[in-house]
Amino acid sequence: MSVLVNKNSKIIVQGFTGTEGTFHASQMIEYGTNVVGGVTPGKGGQNHLDKPVFNTVEDAVKVTGADVSIIFVPPAFAADAIIEAADAGIKVIVCITEGIPVKDMIPVKEYLKSANARLIGPNCPGIITPDGAKVGIMPGFIFKSGKIGIVSKSGTLTYEAADQVVKAGLGISTAIGIGGDPIIGTTTQEAIELFMNDPETEGIVMIGEIGGNLEANAAKWIKANGNKPVVGFIAGETAPAGRTMGHAGAIVGGEEDTAKAKKKIMRDCGITVVDSPADIGQTMAELMKVNA
Amino acid sequence: MNIHEYQGKSLLKKYGVAIQEGVVADNPEQAVEAAKEVNRLTGSEWFVVKAQIHAGGRGKGIVTETGSHGVVLAKGLDKVHDIAKGILGGHLVTKQTKAEGKLVNKVLIAQDVYYPGEVQPEEFYMSVLMNRETGRNIIMYSPEGGMDIEAVAEKTPELIFKEEIDPKIGLQGFQARRIAFNLGLSGEAFKQMVKFVFALYAAYEGTDAAMFEINPVLKTSDNKIIAVDSKVSIDESALFRHKDIAEMRDISEEDPVEVEAKKAGLNYVNLDGNVGCMVNGAGLAMATMDIIKLSGGEPANFLDVGGTADAERVEKAFRMILKDDKVEAILVNIFGGIVRCDRVAQGVVDAYKNIGDINVPIIVRLQGTNAEEAKKLIDDSGLKVHSAVLLKEAADKVKEVLA
Repeated sequence: MSVLVNKNSKIIVQGFTGTEGTFHASQMIEYGTNVVGGVTPGKGGQNHLDKPVFNTVEDAVKVTGADVSIIFVPPAFAADAIIEAADAGIKVIVCITEGIPVKDMIPVKEYLKSANARLIGPNCPGIITPDGAKVGIMPGFIFKSGKIGIVSKSGTLTYEAADQVVKAGLGISTAIGIGGDPIIGTTTQEAIELFMNDPETEGIVMIGEIGGNLEANAAKWIKANGNKPVVGFIAGETAPAGRTMGHAGAIVGGEEDTAKAKKKIMRDCGITVVDSPADIGQTMAELMKVNA
Repeated sequence: MNIHEYQGKSLLKKYGVAIQEGVVADNPEQAVEAAKEVNRLTGSEWFVVKAQIHAGGRGKGIVTETGSHGVVLAKGLDKVHDIAKGILGGHLVTKQTKAEGKLVNKVLIAQDVYYPGEVQPEEFYMSVLMNRETGRNIIMYSPEGGMDIEAVAEKTPELIFKEEIDPKIGLQGFQARRIAFNLGLSGEAFKQMVKFVFALYAAYEGTDAAMFEINPVLKTSDNKIIAVDSKVSIDESALFRHKDIAEMRDISEEDPVEVEAKKAGLNYVNLDGNVGCMVNGAGLAMATMDIIKLSGGEPANFLDVGGTADAERVEKAFRMILKDDKVEAILVNIFGGIVRCDRVAQGVVDAYKNIGDINVPIIVRLQGTNAEEAKKLIDDSGLKVHSAVLLKEAADKVKEVLA
């Protein structure tokens, strides 16, 4: 009924006792997420938010059997935190941290190729499976349970899409914020593959933005392998070339980076692309009716 | 963060890359002294006077006030003063600048490297950057140097080569040799190029650069390989560990409003349109710009107020947008999650009252946590603010006020 995380996931928080970690961990616990502990080097043995704190991810995994980690570690130490989690056997690593140097992420990406772990992010809102687990910083109440998978590079635009989907009478299986950095762990295509293989997901909303070729790659994969309706939107049709628009990866360098070019490829691959971000929910609802 | 040619060259030199030597100057008198210094260092009797601005196409570019080009060869020390005078303090317009051009505050007085000799000089292109497709660094190069690389990519894509670096082992000798061979080099020039490639890659890695572009890389008439130009961009996220490079930031090259925004913790990009916007989140901000266009307007800016949009930030953001007199309407689009919409609404009301004379219509769309309370707060405030809850309603209101 979902991908990546559910009510049985055992979640630890890296950077547990910091301001961000504390705030969002308590929100996650309040949502009903199964947070089993946290990691802050040097604070092992203490309790925080009524959960045990460990010095290392390895210790946390040994004691709690954790299989998911969410990272709120500052940018200078975040790449190390990701590798530590993968090394300790964590299967799903969600990195919220914004502003990790690209040079630090290059070896992380390489390391993860041979590790048995999936990284979501960095610089992302996280993952939520409504009524199961919120492993992220999104406002949980917007996401009602249902059959639509959402994959997006952006935070608030994900909330916008989820809200529209819910208001259109549908619900969400899982929403994945893959992040807006130049190097990210899970691509749009990989997220789409997860949803296409999830029996409980019946439709997919795919939200991208200018820069890179993740959406084009996903679109080509959908054309060849897709079996569920997909609604797509690309933010930044009006963004000027050569300027970074907030997200480090959101920059038009060449012709193929533009929203127009991406939308064309997506349409050519059979995705229902909306030009207005206000039409995401309604369009999904209409597609679901047609496919019902 | 972009830096100037002379700054990029200083980084290159630090990592052992052979460069066209030069000395930077602020005024024509200094330019003459700089030329004397370059003569002492290199023996060069001709000099190249190069405008230092953050934009390409300087050689073909024209200084509005004087008609001078942005890069000029001085065939003798006695020519340097007047050439520098024709460039400094003027506005250089190139195909990469806006129509009003960029003010030139500094010129680089560089040695002439196209001196005659035993072989013909040759120009190549080389850049180092990260390939987003693979998440690895690549060295991109071409025997077609000295010209616009995008034009080369379009007309003769077979003349653009790429060498991908495996992060596990780094740049390998055979890769540097392959580059030198593909550029048609042999003998001393071949050896020099291998050395050049290694030093250039070390500079890129060592400075946490997002890009090093050298165009042209020159094979001189005596078989030296040197960087004649440098276009360098540094990863802003890594500046915390490069204090020396962070100090190279030239804020006179940046939009003053954007600099001010950054200080206030706002992410702002100035655009040319007539509808300002204020949004939380980069993706939603871009989407809001798109909505403005679809409603018949043009976005005047990109503005992400971030995850903690409190009253103070909202007011700062308003003041920033209102500085732009092309703005005919403002769309505020906040999706409240952890941020409560009623607090943002209060911020809008306070800002409106504090600023006093806002003469453009404002559309406020607040959705998410406490959205209904927020709408009520705005509606009851008696201000000339249009409120909306759904994105569609906001789009329609923009259409209405522009009509």
